[in-house]
This record gives sequence, structure tokens and C-alpha cells, in this order.
Amino acid sequence: MDIKELKKLSLDVRRDIINMTADAASGHPGGSLSATDILVALHGCVMNIDPKNPKMEGRDRFVLSKGHAAPALYGVLGELGFFDKAEFKNFRQIHSFLQGHPDCRKCPGVEASTGSLGQGISIAVGMALGAKAKGTGEQIYTMVGDGEIQEGLVWEASMAASKFKLDNFTVILDNNGLQIDGSNDEVMPLGDLNAKFTAFGYDVIELEDGNDIEAVIEALKAPHKEGVPKCIIAHTVKGKGVSYMENQVGWHGKAPNQAEREIALAELDKAMEEL
Amino acid sequence: MSELIATRVAYGEALAKLGAENDKIVVLDADLAHATMTAKFMEKFPERFFNAGIAEANMVDMAAGLSTMDLVPFCSTFAVFAGRAYDQIRNGVCYPHFNVKFGMTHAGITLGEDGGSHEAIEDIALMRVLPGMTILSPSDANQVYKAVKAASEYDGPVYIRLGRLPSPVLPEQPFEIGKANVLREGTDAVIIATGIVVCNALEAAEELLKEGKSVAVVNMHTIKPIDREIIEKYVASSHKIFTLEEHSVIGGLGDAVMDVINGRKPITKIGVEDRFGQSGKPAALLDEYGLSTEKIVARIKAEI
Repeated sequence: MDIKELKKLSLDVRRDIINMTADAASGHPGGSLSATDILVALHGCVMNIDPKNPKMEGRDRFVLSKGHAAPALYGVLGELGFFDKAEFKNFRQIHSFLQGHPDCRKCPGVEASTGSLGQGISIAVGMALGAKAKGTGEQIYTMVGDGEIQEGLVWEASMAASKFKLDNFTVILDNNGLQIDGSNDEVMPLGDLNAKFTAFGYDVIELEDGNDIEAVIEALKAPHKEGVPKCIIAHTVKGKGVSYMENQVGWHGKAPNQAEREIALAELDKAMEEL
Repeated sequence: MSELIATRVAYGEALAKLGAENDKIVVLDADLAHATMTAKFMEKFPERFFNAGIAEANMVDMAAGLSTMDLVPFCSTFAVFAGRAYDQIRNGVCYPHFNVKFGMTHAGITLGEDGGSHEAIEDIALMRVLPGMTILSPSDANQVYKAVKAASEYDGPVYIRLGRLPSPVLPEQPFEIGKANVLREGTDAVIIATGIVVCNALEAAEELLKEGKSVAVVNMHTIKPIDREIIEKYVASSHKIFTLEEHSVIGGLGDAVMDVINGRKPITKIGVEDRFGQSGKPAALLDEYGLSTEKIVARIKAEI
């Protein structure tokens, strides 16, 4: 997929997020929209995966540690053909494999069941450890939210990634600055992110614009230093691509109503035309 | 007196032995390898042993991740810290039904001197409510190897409850997950026991026989899925039913048996009576909490 196609895919996924959350009248659009471009870059161009064979031996793994951004992950997986997009309509409905938070027993392409924050990164470290122990060469990626790193488990996992020299492991921080109760600074300040992740033993790449898909791909493709896990601090915009949601804390866990859906889709259609 | 071997020691030896037969087995510990005895595996297979440091939650989720790479992780720490990593056991392992094994040692009050902060009297209760979790509670060192082997061959989460205290080694028994063993027949009453206090049940039955009371003993080594068939047998018979466990009477073996009986017959649960443990010599603690052979004999005599 070339860059233009990836950008189109990002817009398609953003439409999916709006439609899924609006249809369900629940879900988390803000943090899904901030994460979209990174998930598209990973699944559309960086990872060795096969939508027709989700359990392919030797595939790379992605774990969405910030599991509430499930609509973004489902959008990407559905658009790439891991499952029939008709299921989007059933997001958060009874018997659907598109659960409110990702369920790896139910949804093709989902590698771990997440949603309890802090756990995904730790599970991903285990996967990377397993790949290293077996020498099978898989790359393991995980995305954590900025509020999520208030969980101590994130730092336990980071110590382990460094100790076990996991140079097949990349954690991406979706740093949109907002969490449910307000800004990170109001709720629990995160301090100097670069210094913190560096101190925990990561090779840190900081992206000024984590919604710039080309920059994201370049950072994801940058080779690991030998024996060193990688951390990409991606400064993103919560609600990215929908004007009235951008940088608004209120859109963390609130779905658009019908009128709001139409405004959002019109904006995304316009962006598609301008591509 | 038979030979004394702690079930944790048998656990470490079982891992070391099974590690040679199955190269998918990996072992994790949280800075207690010489106490949980996983060090016995570490010494033989250092490349398949991962010390998580004092970070139980991360140990459990790393095990979850390892299981997705077609490995069979066993993680170990003290049983009391199962509570500390409970969200990881629940959401990281049981919710996706990952193939992770927990070999949790120092369970119950016979941990002894370290005291109540470290004595797990609630772990069976915590594990029982998790859908898909299998709970094994072997009676003695001989049974531990079979339990660990069965766990390694079963696909899904398994909790194995182990003790610190050197405890009597019982004659070889068959081991099948979910199939209890009748260790002694009797006509007046039955003690359904689990873990290292199975031995106390056998001793109590022997004492009671001297006084003309005939008491059967069942080793309920699997608490979940529980052997309903054997419980039904004693519901249908004239036996008075006792349960015996080194665990709270709330949520443990006794309640698991009561759930099957569902009010059709009264039972007496012998266990820790809704209180925390404390420091002391294991034998003194067993007596204080009503789990010594003498106390069991007295309790049963009073009721039959």
C-alpha cells in the first residue's frame, strides 16, 4: 500500500469509528481517532500479517493495550479483510465478536483480550520474550494510552523488556494528552515522558505529529538497536479528523448522535475528496 | 511415620523432570525461586526460566503472552500473591482461556512463622469464581508430579495449590483431573479433604476407628471441576459428611461440596473460620485453627 492508499484507509477507518460508535450509541471515539493512523501504518504496511490467515505461523503481533480504542482496531482489521465489515453494525451488541473491548477468542486478528489497562503491554512483553526464546523472529508491537501509563504494570513490563533485551519489541505511546476525568496534567501528571522511557531502557523516538502516517511508518521501520526495546512517543490529537471532537475531553467515551454523525462523516468525506 | 516432603519441593522436582520431556514448558517466578522451588527447573533449563523480579502482575501477563507463542508457562510465587495479580489472572489469562499454569506455594496457615500477611486462606475462593479455571490441590509429594504433568497436558488455565511444610508422603494414588480418590472406606461418616490435611483426615479416621467410629476419607485433589459423582454417592448414603481444608470455610472446598449437595443433606465444613492466620509453628497453628488431627477427631466425635 502506498502512502495515499494508507491515508485513504485512515479516513475509511475514521468513518468506521464514527459509524460503529453512533450505531452502538456507546464506545470511545476520541482515543480511537487519535490512534487510527498508527494502527493503519502497522497493519497496512509494517507488520507481517495475512488477513486471510489471521493465525499464520510466524506472523508479527500487535496488542492494543488501550483496549477501549477497539473501534479503531476493528476498523483496520475489517477494512483489510480479517472479517466481513457487515459485522461493524453489531459492535457492542449481544453475540457479536466485536465486543466493547477486544476479545481474542472471538475476533479474528486480535491477539490478546485487553481493556484492563496496563495489561496489554505486559502480555506483549511475554510474546516478545517467547519469540526470542524460540528464535522465530516475530516482531511484537503494542500501543499504550497516555493515561494508561499511570498503571504501575506498564513500568514493571518496561523493566522486563529491558532486562530481557527485547529488540523485537516496540511500544507506541498514543500521547493525546487527555483521559476520562480531564487532561493528564489535571488527573496525574506524566512528567518528562522521554526521560522516563529512556530511563527504563528504551531507545526512544519522539514524533511531533503522531497522526502523520509517513512519520509513523519511518519510526516503526527504524531498526532496533541490538538488545534494546523501542518506544515511540507519538504526540497525537484526541478526536483527530472530526473538528468538534478534536482535543475535547468530553469525547473520550461518548458516542455521536445522528446529527453529530452526519457532520463527522461530511468532514471525513471532504478530507477524502481533498486527498 | 512416613517420609516428609513438602509439596513445593515435589513441584520443583516435577518441573525439572517434565522440562526434560517437554521443551515447550517455560517457568516464571517473582524472586522466590528458592522458596517455590522453581530453582530446580532454573538450574537445569536456565534459557527457559524467566525471573520477573518482585512484580507478580507482570509475571502473570508475561506468562499470558508466552502462552500465545505456543509455549506452556508455569508461574510461581506464594499463593497469597495470587490476590496481588488477580486482575492479570482474571483478564489476562482466564478471560481469553490462555494456557497458563499457576504453581502457587506456601498456601494456607502451615506457612507458619511469616504470619497472617503471607498465609493464603482465600485463594481457592478467588480461583473458583473464574470461569474455565481448573483448581488442583494435591495431597502429597507423590501426587504433585502427577498433578503437574496433568496440568501441562491440559489446554487452559490451571491453579495448583502447594504447601511449604514438609508433609507425609502417601502411597501412590492414581491422578485424573476431576476424579477424586477414596483413600479409606467407612460406614458412619466421610471426610472429604483436600491438600496436605488429607493426611490429618486419614489419621483422624484411624483414631476414630479405635473408638468404634467408621469414617471414610476422600482426597478431593481437584476442587474445580469437582467430582460430583462421588459427592452424590455420599448424599445417597447414610454417611455424615465433613469437609476438611486448610482454607477459609467461605468459598473453598466446603462450599464447592455444598454447591453440589444444594441443601439436600447437612454437612460440616472444617476449615479456617473467617479469620486471618498468624505467626507460629505450623503444628500449633493447625491446632489453633481446628485442623490438627486431635481437633478433627473431637469435632467429628461431637457430631456422630
